[in-house]
Amino acid sequence: MQSVDDIDRRLLRLLQEDSGLSMAELAERAGISAGPCWRRIERMEREGIILGRRVEIDWRALGYEVQVFLRVTLDKIAPNAFDEFLRAAREVPEIGDVQTLLGRVDVRMDVRARTLAHYQEIYRSRILALPHIAEIEALMLVSELKNTERLAI
Amino acid sequence: MTDGIDETDRAILRVLMADGGLNAKEVGTRVGLSQPAAWRRIRRLEESGIIRGRQIVLDREKLGFGVVVFLGLRLAVKGRLDLAAFERAVQAIPEVQLVQHVLGVYDYRLKIVARDLPDFERILRRRIMTLPGIGAVESNVMLTEEKSAAPLI
Repeated sequence: MQSVDDIDRRLLRLLQEDSGLSMAELAERAGISAGPCWRRIERMEREGIILGRRVEIDWRALGYEVQVFLRVTLDKIAPNAFDEFLRAAREVPEIGDVQTLLGRVDVRMDVRARTLAHYQEIYRSRILALPHIAEIEALMLVSELKNTERLAI
Repeated sequence: MTDGIDETDRAILRVLMADGGLNAKEVGTRVGLSQPAAWRRIRRLEESGIIRGRQIVLDREKLGFGVVVFLGLRLAVKGRLDLAAFERAVQAIPEVQLVQHVLGVYDYRLKIVARDLPDFERILRRRIMTLPGIGAVESNVMLTEEKSAAPLI
């Protein structure tokens, strides 16, 4: 939070809208000159406020038609249940992002598969074999209406 | 659509998923292509929709966004009549980063990024609970997240 002022926030908002803006376009839209604009961006990169850029991949276009979100409750009586579960999950290539949660479920994870049959095979042979699962719940993606990492700066 | 994708394209996608800020020259160096050849392939991946776009990645915590919550939403039965109104309204909330229509115990999955828990509560009460057709809501606060390195490609 330390060193971000209104002009910095304006620059970040513009970059969130269009990450491909050149320094000159960015400066013009923010209403400042190019030198200070460049220095501000450079400073925010150095301070780790701007981490980089990310490409967005359309997994369906790549042939992964099925995306399932698994919500897992772990058997927490076992010591190290979280660590062992997460370590084993990392070994399964079809498992994408994994989050640990505070709430009714402990862990959620994305699973991608080419077809339903492929998903079923991963589910039976890899997912159900993960350690310390007490309960598992699946949500299958029908459509994605919004997916952004934009912050309400 | 995957017919047109070869091993070199996959290598490019892997390199770009690891660092979306690389330019065509840097991508080319890493996969053993000239700058123009890498540029043409990246361009084709963009045109085919496999690369949907690029986004800037910001450190949300340094910008004061400390809380991420995953919501499972169920619509009230009468709400099912007007999915379009619900979908329009939910996408318009700036703190909502992700809206997915799913099959399972919930109808929609949402990801919300808020400054802190009181801020989240405000969003939940004023923006989410007032959505047209809203039924049951389940919140799970994110503790940790591990992004996948996408070995699938």
